Amino acid sequence: MRKIALDRKRYNVLEITGEWMTVEEVIHRSMEDVLFYEESGGGVTLSGGEPMEQIQFLVELLQKLKEQAIHTAIDTCGFTSRENLKKILPYTDLFLYDLKLMDEAKHIKYTGVSNKKILENLIFLSRQKKKIIIRFPVIPDITDTEKNVTAMIRFIGEMPVRIKEIDLLPYHSIGKQKYARLHKPFQLSGLPDMKKNELLDMKKRFESTGLFVKIGG
Amino acid sequence: MTDRIKKLREQSLNAVNRISAERALLITEFYKTGIDREVSAPVLRAMAFEYILNHKFICINEDELIVGERGPSPKATPTYPEINLHSLEDLEILDKRKKVSFKVDEETRKSYRDKIIPYWKGKSNRDWIMRAMTPEWIEAYTAGLFTEFQEQRAPGHTVCGSKIYRKGMLDLINDVNQARAALDFMNDPNAYDLDEELKGMEIAAGALISYAKRHAEKLKELADQEQNPLRKKELLEMEGVCRNVPSHAPKTFHEALQYYWFVHLGVITEMNPWDSFNPGRLDQHLYPFYKKETEEGSLTKEKATELLESFWVKFNNHPAPPKVGITAEESNTYTDFCLINLGGVKSDGSDAVNELSFLILDVIEEMRILQPSSMVQISRKNPDKFIQRALQIIKTGFGQPSCFNTDSIVQELVRQGKAIEDARNGGASGCVEAGAFGTESYILTGYFNIPKILEITLNDGTDPRTGKKIGIDTGPAESFSSFEELMNAFTLQMNHFINIKIRGNRVIEKLFAERMPVPFLSLLIDDCIANGKDYNAGGTRYNSSYIQGVGLGTITDCLTALKYHVFDKKTIKMKGMLKALRQNFEDFDEFRYELIFNTPKYGNDDDYADEQAKRVFDIYFNAIDGKPTARGGKFRINLLPTTCHVYFGSVINALPDGRKACEPVSEGISPVQGADHNGPTAVLKSAAKIDHLRTGGTLLNQKFTPSFFEDSESIEKLISLIRSYFRMDGHHIQFNVVSADTLRDAQKHPEKYRDLIVRVAGYSDYFNDLGEDLQNEIIKRTEQKGI
Repeated sequence: MRKIALDRKRYNVLEITGEWMTVEEVIHRSMEDVLFYEESGGGVTLSGGEPMEQIQFLVELLQKLKEQAIHTAIDTCGFTSRENLKKILPYTDLFLYDLKLMDEAKHIKYTGVSNKKILENLIFLSRQKKKIIIRFPVIPDITDTEKNVTAMIRFIGEMPVRIKEIDLLPYHSIGKQKYARLHKPFQLSGLPDMKKNELLDMKKRFESTGLFVKIGG
Repeated sequence: MTDRIKKLREQSLNAVNRISAERALLITEFYKTGIDREVSAPVLRAMAFEYILNHKFICINEDELIVGERGPSPKATPTYPEINLHSLEDLEILDKRKKVSFKVDEETRKSYRDKIIPYWKGKSNRDWIMRAMTPEWIEAYTAGLFTEFQEQRAPGHTVCGSKIYRKGMLDLINDVNQARAALDFMNDPNAYDLDEELKGMEIAAGALISYAKRHAEKLKELADQEQNPLRKKELLEMEGVCRNVPSHAPKTFHEALQYYWFVHLGVITEMNPWDSFNPGRLDQHLYPFYKKETEEGSLTKEKATELLESFWVKFNNHPAPPKVGITAEESNTYTDFCLINLGGVKSDGSDAVNELSFLILDVIEEMRILQPSSMVQISRKNPDKFIQRALQIIKTGFGQPSCFNTDSIVQELVRQGKAIEDARNGGASGCVEAGAFGTESYILTGYFNIPKILEITLNDGTDPRTGKKIGIDTGPAESFSSFEELMNAFTLQMNHFINIKIRGNRVIEKLFAERMPVPFLSLLIDDCIANGKDYNAGGTRYNSSYIQGVGLGTITDCLTALKYHVFDKKTIKMKGMLKALRQNFEDFDEFRYELIFNTPKYGNDDDYADEQAKRVFDIYFNAIDGKPTARGGKFRINLLPTTCHVYFGSVINALPDGRKACEPVSEGISPVQGADHNGPTAVLKSAAKIDHLRTGGTLLNQKFTPSFFEDSESIEKLISLIRSYFRMDGHHIQFNVVSADTLRDAQKHPEKYRDLIVRVAGYSDYFNDLGEDLQNEIIKRTEQKGI
């Protein structure tokens, strides 16, 4: 429900956020900004949700994007089958790969699923020599523990082909409104947003292992 | 910043803008001798110029390095009664108005009442102009179809080239005498006129030399009295400079700056040209001096910086001469539009960015004052690090420098018939106007209210605000059975009013050529001396006259709405639309919602809307481009508003894009405030669909909040954005970097924001000096949260 005020009248507009599109329509929209991709070295990033959940569409789309010589990136949590990963591999230039919790039990507790597949898929991608940027959502007392960070550093250090870059994502509660709109409880409602400068120490730690670290992004 | 500069800057910021009657009194005295009945117009004007320069107060401010003020003190602004005579009511308004006021003391008022008004009443050039305009013109002008620059300001609008760095006034006098000697009195019917003009030029050149000498003498006096040995030495140096220039070509960096400054004062003392004057490609002109002297050790980087900053303060001491009435609303600002150019290409086409380009950018960043304006010319030949440096300054949010596309400017000028070297030596001045510096007279003649043409069309030639029939018959709008019929009617009304404007322009041009020549300015711009003809009479190598179109975003959205709702989707009949407009959308709230939120809009890379932008562009272009002016040049178009989008909006009722009566129309070629919702890349793509290369300048504003610039990555992204827009031949883009919250706070607590400068439209201004309408309009301009 979008609320719009115009001339002291309020309009409540029921909207579906998002629209159905065919592969052709997505290609068409993407081509409109080709000039900007060329000038900036950018391209198209497929995100979500989880793009791997629409694997057929994704493969077709990535294929067509590569036919147009557009740079492609996938933003994924890695919880997918090896088969699916293999399908998109030839058409993906960059993986933005989430790592949250290294301990399996904790991972199940907070996400509902095991992290085994996620970690194995990452090793697989690394072996394929794909460009990977790790995305680490830093959530106070949950993912930013000493134990988790140490384990993550070790895990990244053991990659068959070196991973060079990690983004530290400071916790924010912008998603709170989505929960309200879906009439679901927001369980972290007491937690304040993190500020970028709170991550400076963590940044140094990751940097000392040779990683290029960005806060945010 | 040295202490001296801090002091001079402070003095400039604190000086009160006021009217000085000095020039008006001097010129009245001069004309009262009756000499205007004894000599030709150019000789008369040159002698008047000489009289003023010989008698005005020589102001030398404490601790300054570059000398010369327009009036008796900083921000004491002269008037030009021979061009436009202020009445006592006008002076009262200037003194009392809240925004852009000029204090008028009792003595000034008395001078006006007792001496100036009695002499000039009915005799000013403005009176001549108004008497010469047709009733049609007066009606259209009063209704707000267009404005007329020259009713209160002299034509001007040009930029200094490289000539003064090679030739002193004595050399120019030599050139003048050679031209006189070459005249053929036996066969050339114009020989007498040319000779008189050249005589005037010689008198004017001599006048500037003696003006400089008066400064030298005063400096010597001050040096004799000076206790501080350092300052004494400085004053004697400055005396030396004032004896060398402008008689001779400058030999040092310091002399070059002082020479330009004397020339600047000359141009704005002779008359009050719109857009004052401008040193143009400063980094190019000064570089040989800078290089030579820093290499031999006679100039350090610090000293050069101090001289430049002393030079910078001078511009800030000169608010634009006050306007009243319509002209005030079309550009109500203290800024006199001196737009310094950095970067670009040299005449051989190579990268012109040099060490001085970066040094001057440092000066701009450090000085952070309203005037002069500044911009960077960006060519594909210039390095990214030049843009990067400019963006670091833009990021600080004071609205300078703006960004221009050299490669487009060169193509625009060459299309108009300029030689490529002249085009490359040019750039943009004023707000965004392209010109061949040093060789072109490219006069702006006034703004044109494009959305109002639609209003007149929808009312079959009548102005609904007054009920007067000022347009032609094109039939009642309800009778249009297709969008094409509407467009035909629109085209006819557009042509009708453009022709009224052009006809008026041609007469005004003649009046200036005959009654108000500018022999001093003519010395500076080629080829006036060689031709023996005045700058206002077609003496320059290139001559252009511009009519600036306003409201492209608004008109596009209006035509799109009409096509979409009335003709394609048939949501409403024309009759219903007209009713909604007449009632200012009263009882039509839902429909207005549709118009605003569910109708295609310009600025979103949506061809359905952008097609209309192209269409209007072509109509406007075809009505104007290439038509002959009275002085032998051609009419051209550009698209910029200064602040006129607010005035023009105030004379239009509700429009089909959902805009309510009297609200501002869109500015430059930017989308209607708030209509763009697909991000900056979509705005640029829409803006690039019109053919910039067929204009003499377009203006595009984009607003970013400071939070967007926190990343160093964002600067890289903006470089790409600029390069992308320029690849599409975009002419210009400028960035406003303030948060809407800051601006809203500044409205509530102006006292906390006295230094808040924002980009308006082609220039920056103090937010506090802007009218509330314009302030609200800037706040509304779309904020881009991130690419």
